Formats: sequence, structure tokens, C-alpha cells
Amino acid sequence: MNQSPNLNSFREGPDEDGRFGIFGGRFVAETLMPLILDLQEEWNKAKTDPAFQAELKDLGAHYIGRPSPLYYAERLTQHLGGAKIYFKREELNHTGSHKINNCIGQILLAKRMGKTRIIAETGAGQHGVASATVAARFGLPCVVYMGATDVERQAPNVFRMKLLGAEVKPVTAGSGTLKDAMNEALRDWVTNVDDTYYLIGTAAGPHPYPELVRDFQSVIGTEAREQILAAEGRLPDMVIAAVGGGSNAIGIFHPFLDDKDVQIVGVEAGGRGLEGEEHCASLTAGSPGVLHGNRTYLLQDEDGQIKEGHSISAGLDYPGIGPEHAWLHDIGRAEYVPIMDDEALEAFQLLTRLEGIIPALEPSHAIAEVIKRAPKMGKDQIILMNLSGRGDKDIFTVGKILGMEL
Amino acid sequence: MTARMDKRFADLAAEGRPALVTYFMGGDPDYASSLEIMKALPKAGSDVIELGMPFSDPMADGPAIQVAGQRALKAGQTLAKTIQMARDFRREDDATPIVMMGYYNPIYIYGVERFLDDAVEAGIDGLIVVDLPPEMDDELCIPALARGINFIRLATPTTDEKRLPAVLKNTSGFVYYVSMNGITGSALPDPSLIGDAVGRIKAHTRLPVCVGFGVKTAEHARAIGASADGVVVGTTIVNQIASSLTADGKASAATVPGVETLVRSLASGVRASRLAAAE
Ligand SMILES: Cc1ncc(COP(=O)(O)O)c(C=O)c1O
Repeated sequence: MNQSPNLNSFREGPDEDGRFGIFGGRFVAETLMPLILDLQEEWNKAKTDPAFQAELKDLGAHYIGRPSPLYYAERLTQHLGGAKIYFKREELNHTGSHKINNCIGQILLAKRMGKTRIIAETGAGQHGVASATVAARFGLPCVVYMGATDVERQAPNVFRMKLLGAEVKPVTAGSGTLKDAMNEALRDWVTNVDDTYYLIGTAAGPHPYPELVRDFQSVIGTEAREQILAAEGRLPDMVIAAVGGGSNAIGIFHPFLDDKDVQIVGVEAGGRGLEGEEHCASLTAGSPGVLHGNRTYLLQDEDGQIKEGHSISAGLDYPGIGPEHAWLHDIGRAEYVPIMDDEALEAFQLLTRLEGIIPALEPSHAIAEVIKRAPKMGKDQIILMNLSGRGDKDIFTVGKILGMEL
Repeated sequence: MTARMDKRFADLAAEGRPALVTYFMGGDPDYASSLEIMKALPKAGSDVIELGMPFSDPMADGPAIQVAGQRALKAGQTLAKTIQMARDFRREDDATPIVMMGYYNPIYIYGVERFLDDAVEAGIDGLIVVDLPPEMDDELCIPALARGINFIRLATPTTDEKRLPAVLKNTSGFVYYVSMNGITGSALPDPSLIGDAVGRIKAHTRLPVCVGFGVKTAEHARAIGASADGVVVGTTIVNQIASSLTADGKASAATVPGVETLVRSLASGVRASRLAAAE
């Protein structure tokens, strides 16, 4: 039951119960079960509907700006003196990150299902902005739940969402961060079941969300695979991405999972170090548990209470991870490593100076891992990294840490 | 097998009145006070006890129960202590059924087999685990039933005719009809709609059907009890406890008596329901 039909493929999951091995599933209140079953049915139809795929493609090309470029980072490559480094430039997308790929896909689903109200959760505000954007584009009201702590530290994105016509609801429950925002969005959903579509922002939550978010984000890896073949005539040796809930990472990983010689590396937020509690490295330092509709690796105590994570980057500040990553970790197909706040900050500055690209703090974690790995690899080897977002939203955070007045 | 639960509902059926099912959060505001509250419930007229297991992320609960869970966790409550609370209660009362209610993760981390062993030994009669729908029955429901512990399922307004049989399939003890789509602590919907929904469920099962979400007063309890086999009250009790606490969140001399007074009043509601039904 847990086995994919094709034993030689890593790309066939989840099974019909939404499982990736022991991970995933549908751990939701009864009120929500009929809703996620409806969503699954609609998704199954949409997947194979040429009209749906055509609309997705058209909006991808003309609204998001796809395909995003594959960029050879020549100066960073020279600086590190090892493997050739390529960036998949998701930060050039409309709204500045990969989040829009998923939002466009899901709002088309919402429209198909006749839903008239959009809700979303957000941490850094990137998914909130992308949700508010597509809601504006499709003329639907949108409510974004955001932890009160995050509302304060991500003020520019809060303003963007409001400009786009969304209502931002600060969540004070719990500690006022992303996991609390997700709880509150789920509470809204169980209350407004008839008209509301819950637009989840990462490859987590109850089945079918991890699958459908992955499929909408897989455009990243599908394009990158073609682009690198065109540029180099071969596949990369390594694919690297930052992992919060895991959507940009699974998006670039998935099309490469069956390419046995491609090494896959996910980068978690190591925060201030794994010894204490101030990190978000659920795979490296957490354990399997059940939260927000799925079984996955979580930061939790011995009583099964969920802990608050910490990361310099609000977008990685989540105590869980998408179930497919938990599975890829356990079966060993992908490797997951932590990067600390200060390493990410250094990478952020290095990339800005060397390539003239201000990255978001989330992919700065991936860059920091590239900085560690590339020098140890041969000049004939290739690293492909997902540059998932741009850093405009982070300049205030970085400025504060570097002691600059903005 | 589930003797206490079955006997309680059989006795109430013979009496011709609905059950009063009372929820409180284990360990709120502290272990000792919470145990006193638990002991006071049947004395004040509660027929079935729902013992809340605190969880850091109670996705189906409103603010009152969220905060109660945080108070309990802050005071050091754990799943082991919540089971211990049932054990302590059973020394004095071997007749009132206890249903533990909460979320799956603490049980999963405790270990399903170990949890069920300890629950049986502590005298627990049933479980309500909000985030385990029928699709997830292999996790806990089936092993619980194998030990003779009731697995009580929630049915909601979104549970349509097509889905109801699946929801009822492995349900035992009673069916908990959540009277509206929403979180705990919301407003009470129209009792006549509830009556229709209870009738719809009863057409599919011989289990007692208890109704909860939004019951605040004796009058609500009476009205709902006219069509249901039981009336569940939670948030109102949790709010009563919260309102009795000192400024720094500690129990006061009014904490236990306040719950007693409230439950006695609610109990008069379900008892009046019998008179109404007999007319
Ligand atoms: C630019 C960027 N990258 C990565 C993430 C992390 O999310 P995920 O792991 O779902 O890609 C975020 C989340 O806000 C983000 O804004």
C-alpha cells in the first residue's frame, strides 16, 4: 500500500491515501474531510484537462513570466574555484518568488470549484502577497492569516497585501508565528466550508495539498532540466534548495528524483545552532509526528507538544516540513543539512556583491551550502541551485543586524 | 466490554432523559484543582466526563479552549498526568464514563500501544481524537476497539448521507454530533435544525447521539436534549473556570464551586428535557 507501483521510481508518490511511505495522510477534523475529498476529485480532473493546463501555461508565460531563466553564476563560480554554479532564477517571477507558481495553480482550482473566498496563511508574507495578488487578478476576496510577531517584522509585505485588497488578520494565539497562522486558517476553513478555498502556501498539510503544490511547483525543475541540458548537454551533479515547508525544494527536486546520478540536497534553517531550541531543522533535529493534517518530521518535546522554531528568515520559520521530504530523507534519496543564521547572512552579502543579485534570506541558506560544497567539487562538475526569491523584503531585517539605519 | 458507557446510556434511556456530557481541560489551571473539578462534575449532575488532553496546536478549538490548554501545559500537564488524573478519579467513582478528548500527536509520541494499555488500566472508557477521521482508522481507532475502548466519532453538518456510513462504521459508545461547522465556543444554532440532523444520524445507527458546540445555558441544554440522547457542554465550563482565576491565573476559592453551580444548572436543563419529552 505504501509502495509505489513502479518500484524503480521515486516520483510516483503519494499513494491514494496521500502517503509517502509512513508520511503524509489526512489528519483533519471530520468537518474538513468532505472538503479535501472534493479538492482531490477536482484536482484529479484538472490534472488531465487540457483547458486547465492551457490556462495555467498561458498565465505562467504572461503573468508570472515563465520560463524563469537559468543563469550561470560565473563570478561566484570563479570565486569558489570548484563546480560550475547555475541558478534557477525564481526570484524574477512576478511578486518576487516561486510562491506565485502555486498560487496561480490553486486559484484556478478554486475557480473551477466555484469557491468565492480565498484564505491563506503566511509567515514572511511572500505567500500572503502571492495569494493576495492572484485573488486580485481573479476578483476574489482574500483573507490572510499572519502571526502577530510576523506582522510586525514583515511590515512592507503587510502593506503590499493591503494594497492588493486583502484583509490581513494578525494571529495572537500561541506565539504568533507561521504555525499559529496555519491553525487559524484551518479554524476559518472549518467555519466557512461552503464558499471558502484554503490556498496553502507550501507542500505540506493534508492530502492532496502536498501533491498538488508539488505539481504546480515542479515547473521549476522541469524547465531547469531542459535548460541545463541545452546549456551543458548533461544533467547537473547536484541540485540544492532551501527547505521551509518544502515547496520550492520539491519543485526543483522532483523532476530529477529518478536521475540516479544527480545528488539532491535540501537546506534547513539551523538558526542559532542545533544544540538549543533556536532552529527550524525538523529533519536534522526533529522526529516524526502529526501536525496540520500530515505525518512528518516536527520539532516537538517528549510530550508531543510542538515547539516554536527560530530562523533569521521568516519563510523558513516553521516547525514542520512537507511529507515528501520526510520520505526522501528516510529512504536516503535526498540529503538534508542545516545552515546557521550567520552563514546565511554572509552568503546573502557575498551573492549581492559578486553577482549583483540580492537574494531572499531563504535561498541565502542554499547559497551558503553551495559555498561549502562547490570548492570541494571538480571544475567539470555542475551545481544547480534554486534561487527561490529576491531579497527586497529582507533588507530591513539585514539592515538591522548589520547595524544600518534604513 | 465497554460496560460503564453502555450501562450509563441504558440507565438514562430507562430514565427517559438525555445525558449531560461535560468537558473540561485536564490540568487547567493546575493538576490538583483540575482533579477537584473532575470529581465535582458527577456530583453536580454530569453523566459522562470528557477529559481534555492539552495540545499546543488545537486546530478545531476556539480561543477559550486554546487558552485553557496553554494554562494546563504551562502548569506542567502532560499526557501521562492526564491519564493519572483519570486513575485518581476512578478511586472514588467507578460508574461515570470518562472519554479522553484531544489531538493525535501527543498520543502518537506517547506510543499508541502504551497509551491504550495505560488508558485501559486507568479506567478510561472512550476516546475522541479530533484529527483522526475514518480514513485514518488504522492509527488508533482499530487498536482501541480491540482493547474495548470506545472510539467516539464526530459527525458534522458537512457529513452528508454518502459519508455518514463511513463515519459510523467503527464508531462506538456514542456519536458526537457537532451542531455546526466551526470551532468550539461559537454560537448555538437553531435547535430545530439540530433535531433534523439527529434524526438523520439515528436512521443509520442505534448508538446514542450526543450534541455539542454552542451549548451555554440550562435552557439550551433542555432544548437540545429534547431530540438528542446527550448534550455536551465544554467552552462554557472552561470559561467559568477562567473567570474564577486570580489575576496571575491561579485557582481561587471560587473555582470549584463555580463549576459546581454551573453544572447543577445545566443538569436541571437536561432533567427538564425529560419532562418536556414526556408531555
Ligand atoms: C523566497 C522563499 N523561499 C523559500 C521559502 C520557504 O518555503 P518553501 O520551503 O515552501 O519553499 C519562502 C517562504 O516564504 C520564500 O519566501
